Amino acid sequence: MNGIHDMGGMHGFGAVEREADEPVFHRGWEGRVFAMRVVTPVPIPGGARNNIETMDPLHYLRSSYYEKWLHARVKGLIDSGVLTAEELQAREALYRDRPDTPVPRRSDPERAQAVLANLRTHRSPRRAVDAMPQFDLGDPVRVRNLHPPGHTRLPRYVRGKRGEVVRFYGFQDVQDAQPPGVAVEPQAVYAVRFAASELWGDAAEANSTVCIDMWESYLEPLEELSE
Amino acid sequence: MSGTHHHDAHAGSDADMALRTRALESLLVEKGLITTDVIDAVVHTYEQDIGPLNGAKVVARAWVDAAYRQRLLADGTAAVAELGFSGAQGADIVILENTASVHNVVVCTLCSCYPWPVLGLPPAWYKSYAYRSRLVREPRTVLREFGLDLPESIEVRVWDSNSDIRYMVLPERPAGTEHLREDELVPLVTRDAMIGTALVSANRA
Repeated sequence: MNGIHDMGGMHGFGAVEREADEPVFHRGWEGRVFAMRVVTPVPIPGGARNNIETMDPLHYLRSSYYEKWLHARVKGLIDSGVLTAEELQAREALYRDRPDTPVPRRSDPERAQAVLANLRTHRSPRRAVDAMPQFDLGDPVRVRNLHPPGHTRLPRYVRGKRGEVVRFYGFQDVQDAQPPGVAVEPQAVYAVRFAASELWGDAAEANSTVCIDMWESYLEPLEELSE
Repeated sequence: MSGTHHHDAHAGSDADMALRTRALESLLVEKGLITTDVIDAVVHTYEQDIGPLNGAKVVARAWVDAAYRQRLLADGTAAVAELGFSGAQGADIVILENTASVHNVVVCTLCSCYPWPVLGLPPAWYKSYAYRSRLVREPRTVLREFGLDLPESIEVRVWDSNSDIRYMVLPERPAGTEHLREDELVPLVTRDAMIGTALVSANRA
């Protein structure tokens, strides 16, 4: 979707502010939100990123990073039927009215070990498929001018632009939202390099390029267009 | 954090967020979906164990061991795992080698993708709207703000991390470190050098 999260190239956000000796989490609740999102074994319908991207743009802009995570987790749990908004409101009211009420504690060391081990395990996104990539390294390509309304990994600033395939990353699951019931096969993923002048015209800085990963369906061969 | 720390600009106050977080944790524990020790352990792991020191060890090894460097550039995920680092947000790690003619720098314009097993969780500035919006359009200007002024003879190559590939930069080994051992090189390697917003200096304080 052409959402507020698709920020590449935008003006107006000012200088990049940095903080010396920054802690991993600035507040205790941020760490809890992070951990709950990472370990709660309930898939978020539509995906956590979709829940963040579909936030009202003003809400998105005003929310801190972990606020967005909390929003996405809560919405996902409600959407999947694990909890209700009323339940959550009632529990918030309890802690507001009686702040000394402890959060219940439970432990299960065996499960904790398993979850931690799982966090340190990787499952490659590259899928074994019986297919050949359409493009070779060095091929000139143009990014299709697509405007899908749902989640996509294709940012606006490269749409319609010409680049060159520089790396091949195997076949990977398509992350873009699909209509209900539609399944798509894994696609070839490439890193495509763009000259800054192709992306930004006269405003481009000297001798700079941008590489971005492209699923094959985002791309078309450049020859097709030269008439 | 939108990269700034103006907490008054948030949709909810810190107190509201803390309250909602307690309510959520309480419900999830009651429903048996999570246990407290898991939450504690995950927070501890990312505060104490999984951070940029991991990436620094990878870089130092690559500087002293040419065969390792080759493996690292050919298959980042496997080479990083040789040193014991793997996991969430690192299922497919690609290492970008800085050279005399190319300087790499990483961003995620759509969210804040970052290679957790080697760098830990990203700093607030990496997640900021300013960095996400500006780096692809004016990388040299952004890098200058970070104190890195690269000559035009060096190509600045920005990598927008929009797939499951996670990028880490292999910075150049600075001159004047030829006499240092691997374990002496590790503390020179900064997080920012592995994102690409800094070079490694031979005399880091």
